[in-house]
Amino acid sequence: MDTLPILSILTWLPAVAAVLILFLPQLIKSPEAARANAARWIALVTTVIVFGLALWMTLAFDETKSGYQFVERADWYGMIQYHLGIDGISVLLILLTAFLMPLCILASWTSIEKRVVEYMAAFLLLQTLMIGVFCALDIVLFYIFFEAGLIPMYLIIGIWGGKNRVYAAYKFFLYTLLGSLFLLIAIAWMAITAKTTSIPDLQAFEFAKDAQTWLWLAFFASFAVKMPMWPVHTWLPDAHVEAPTAGSVILAGVLLKMGGYGFLRFSLPMFPDASNDFAPFVFALSGIAIVYTSLVAFRQTDIKKLIAYSSVAHMGFVTMGIFSGNEQGIQGALFQMLSHGVISGALFLCVGVIYDRMHTREIAQYGGLVNRMPIYAAVFLLFTMGNVGLPGTSGFVGEILTMQGAFNVDPVTAMVAASGVILSAAYMLTLYRKVIFGTIVNPALNTITDMNAREILIFVPLIVAALYLGFQPNLIFDQTATSAVALVDAFHANFK
Amino acid sequence: MAINQTMTAELFFQQVPYILPEITLAAGALIIMLIGAFMGDKGARLVTWLCVATIVAAGSMAVLHMPPEQVVVFSGSYAADGFSAYAKLIIALTASSALLLSIDFLAEKKLDKPEFPVLALLATLGMFIMVSAHDLIALYVGVEMQSLALYVLAAYARDDARSSEAGLKYFVLGALSSGLLLYGCSLVYGFTGSVNFDVIAAQVAGERSIGVVFGLVFILCGLAFKMSAAPFHMWTPDVYEGSPTVSTAFFASAPKVAASVLFARVCFEAFGPLQKDWLGIVVIMAVLSMAIGALFALQQTNIKRLLAYSSIANMGYALVAIACGPEFGPKALLVFVSIYAITSVGLFGVVLSLRNTEGERVETISALSGLSRSNPLLASALTMLLFSVMGIPPLAGFFGKWEVILATSASGLLPLAIVLILASVVSAFYYLRIIKTVWFDEPRIAMVPVGASTTLTLTGATFVLAALTLVIGLVGSAASIAGAGFH
Repeated sequence: MDTLPILSILTWLPAVAAVLILFLPQLIKSPEAARANAARWIALVTTVIVFGLALWMTLAFDETKSGYQFVERADWYGMIQYHLGIDGISVLLILLTAFLMPLCILASWTSIEKRVVEYMAAFLLLQTLMIGVFCALDIVLFYIFFEAGLIPMYLIIGIWGGKNRVYAAYKFFLYTLLGSLFLLIAIAWMAITAKTTSIPDLQAFEFAKDAQTWLWLAFFASFAVKMPMWPVHTWLPDAHVEAPTAGSVILAGVLLKMGGYGFLRFSLPMFPDASNDFAPFVFALSGIAIVYTSLVAFRQTDIKKLIAYSSVAHMGFVTMGIFSGNEQGIQGALFQMLSHGVISGALFLCVGVIYDRMHTREIAQYGGLVNRMPIYAAVFLLFTMGNVGLPGTSGFVGEILTMQGAFNVDPVTAMVAASGVILSAAYMLTLYRKVIFGTIVNPALNTITDMNAREILIFVPLIVAALYLGFQPNLIFDQTATSAVALVDAFHANFK
Repeated sequence: MAINQTMTAELFFQQVPYILPEITLAAGALIIMLIGAFMGDKGARLVTWLCVATIVAAGSMAVLHMPPEQVVVFSGSYAADGFSAYAKLIIALTASSALLLSIDFLAEKKLDKPEFPVLALLATLGMFIMVSAHDLIALYVGVEMQSLALYVLAAYARDDARSSEAGLKYFVLGALSSGLLLYGCSLVYGFTGSVNFDVIAAQVAGERSIGVVFGLVFILCGLAFKMSAAPFHMWTPDVYEGSPTVSTAFFASAPKVAASVLFARVCFEAFGPLQKDWLGIVVIMAVLSMAIGALFALQQTNIKRLLAYSSIANMGYALVAIACGPEFGPKALLVFVSIYAITSVGLFGVVLSLRNTEGERVETISALSGLSRSNPLLASALTMLLFSVMGIPPLAGFFGKWEVILATSASGLLPLAIVLILASVVSAFYYLRIIKTVWFDEPRIAMVPVGASTTLTLTGATFVLAALTLVIGLVGSAASIAGAGFH
C-alpha cells in the first residue's frame, strides 16, 4: 500500500484552496477585479491538480481486489473515526467529480460577475465535501460530508441563482435536511447496536430482519430525496432552474449520484433482506419515475426544467438497476451514473452557453440556432443523442444494462422502462428541433455568436468522455467489476 | 466518598478546597463591589475586567481541583465532581464572554456602572452553587442567588420602560416559580425527612409515597421555569426582547447551562429511583419545548424574540438528553448545552454589533439585509453560528445533536429523536431566513464597524466553535468523563 495519503489530499486540497481564496486577497488588499481573477485562477489550477491526482489514483487503483484501497484510518471522536478508502464503486465517482469541477470553473469564468471570490470558494468547499462523501468509510464521517454539502449548495443557489432562487434554495435545503435527519437517527441506532461506525464492519454486521426494514426506510428517505426519486423529486427542477449553470452541472453530475452511491454502499450490503423485500416497491417507483417524469419533461417550456425532469427519469434507471441486485443491474447503474454525470452535465452547460447570451431559458424564445451557431448545434446534438441513449454514446450502455438487470427480476418494470427510452427520444428531439432547427423568429437571435474558444475547450473533454465510454464501456467495467461482483455475492449470500 | 461527620474546624478546612471556586467568586464580588463604590462610574471598565478575571479564575479552579470521583462536602449539601466541574467551566467561559460583550454596549448607552459586572458575578456564583447543589437548601440558595441578580440585570436600563417591564415580568413570574420550587422542596422534606439528595434517593427507593411525587412535580416545574422549558416558557420572549441586549446575551447562555445541569442532577441523584415518574414529565416538557420553540419562532421579526424561541427549542433538546436517564444522558447533555451556550453568546454578540450609521441599534431581521456586503466578517460569523445552531455538520452544533440522538437510541427513546429532527427541520427554516436576509438580499441600512471588545468576543466565540469541530473528540471525552459519575 502506498504511504501517500492520496485520499486526504484529494479531499482537503480544494478546501485549502478555498481558504486561500477567501483570505489571501484580504491580506494583500488588491482591487476587486484582481481578486476575482486571482480567485478564478486559483480555483482552476486547484481543480486541475485535483483531477490529475484523481486520474493518477484511478490508474494506481488495483481493480482486481475487492476490498478497500488507499485506506487511511485515525481516531477522531468517540467511536467515530477518520476512515477513508475507496473501492471499485467509489473510485470512478471521485474521478467524475474531479473531472467535472474544472469544467464548472471554466463555465463560470465570465458568467459569474458578482462575488467571484465567494463563488469560487463555495465551489471548492463543495468539491471537498463531494469527494469526502465518496471516500468516507465511517458512516458518521460520510454523513458529515453528505450533509455539509447543503451549506455551499444553499449559498450557490441563493446568491448566484435566478429570479426564484430564494424559494429554490429553501426547498432544496429543507427537503434534503428532512430526509437526511432520518438517516442520522438510523445511523445513531446502528452505532449503538453494532457498536461501530466503520462502514466495512457495519457491512459485515447482520442486523435483525425487522430492524432492517426500519433502517432501510430511513436510509431510503434520505437517498431517495437526494437521488431524487418520484415522488420526492419536486425540489430538483426548482433547484436546477434557479442554480447558476455550474451549480446545475454539479447538482446533476455529482450530488444526485450520492443517492445512488448511498444505496450501493449502505442499503444493499447492510440491509440485504429489506432491500430484497422492498425491491418491488423501488421498481414501481422507478417505473413511475421513468414514464411520468418523461411525460412531464415533454410539457416543459423551460429548457433547464426539461433537462431536470429528464434527470429524474434517468435516475429511475439507476435505482432500477441497483435493486435488481444482479451484476448487470449494478454495473449498469454505476455506468448510468457516470454517463449521466457527463451527459446531463454537458446538457446543462449547453443551456448555459445560450443562456449567457440571451438570458432566457424559454424554449419559445429560441429556434433556428443552427443558422447562427453551427458548432453549438453539433455539440448539442451529440449530447441530445447521448441523453436519448443512442448506441455509440455512453447513455446507451447504462440503459441497456439496467434494463437487462431488471428484466431478470421483473420483466414488467423493464418493459415500462424501455418505453421511457422512447419517451426520452420524443422530448429530447422535440427540444432539439424547437431550439436548433427552423428559421430564426426571434430577432434578438440574429446577432447571437457561436461558441468561443473557452466554451469549446469545456466541451471537448465531455465529448471525448461521452463517446469513448460509449464505444469502450469496458474501461468502466474493468474498474467496477470486482467490487460489483463482491457486492452482488455478499447480497445474495446474506439474505436468508 | 462522603465527608459527613460533625463539623470541626479541622474538617472545615479540609473541605474548603472543594468550594474554592465559589469562595473566589464570593470574595471577588465583595472586593470588586468596594472597588466599584470607591471609583464610581469611571471604574466600570476596570471592574468589568476584574469580574471577568475572577470568573475565569474560578472556572479554572473548578477544573483544576476536580476530584477523580464525586466528593460530597459540608454535611452532604455540596457535591464536587466532574459533572459540576465541566458545567462550571462552561458557565465561566460563557458568562465572562457575555461580560466582555457588555463593555462597548453599556458605554455607548451610558449605562457603564460597576453594578452590572458585579451583579453578573453574583449570578455566576449562584450558578456555580446550582450545579454543585447536593441538597434542597443549596439548590434553592443557588437558584435564588442567580435569579435575583438576573432580575436586576433585566431591568438594568433604568430609563427604558421596556427594560423595567421585562425586569418586573421576570421578577413576578420568577417569584412564582421560586414559590413552586420551595413548596416542592418542603413537600419532599416532609415526606422523606431529609433535604439531602442521597437520603431522599434512599427513601424513595424504599417506598414511593404520593407526597414525594407531588413534591417532585413542583420542583421540576420550578426548575423548568428557570430553564425556560415549555409550558413554563412564557416569560422568555418578553424578557429577552425587553432587557438590554447584553443582559439577554447573559440570560441565554450560562444560566441555561446551570439550570439544565441542576435539572439533570435533581432527576438523576435525588429522584433516580423515581425515573418512571419524572420521565413522563420530562418527555412532555421536551416535546412541548421543541414544538413551541420551533413553531412560534417562525413568525418572529425581532431577532431577540426569535433567539428566545430558539433557546426554548434548544432547552427542549437538552430535556431530551435528560430523559435518556443517568446512564446515557449526562454526556449528551453536557456536550449539547456547552456547544449551545457558546453559540448563543456568539449569536448575541452579532446582535450587539448591529448598528446603522445613525448609531441606532437594530434588532429586526430585515435590518440584516445585505450584511454580507456591508460587513462580510460579521456576516460570515453569523452564518457559521446559525448553521451550527441548526446542527449542520461539520459545525460543532452537529455534534451536540449527534450526542443527543445517540443517547436516545441507546436508551430506547427513538420517538423523541423523531420529534427532535422534525423540530430541527422547522427551526432550520427560520435560521435559514436570517442567512437568506444576510446573503441573498440587497443591503438596505448601512452598518458601522463594531467595537473592539465585541469583535474580540465574537471572533473568540466563532473561533472556539470552529476549533471545537476539530477537537470535538476532546469535548466528547471530557464530557464522558464528567458525565460518568451517575452510575
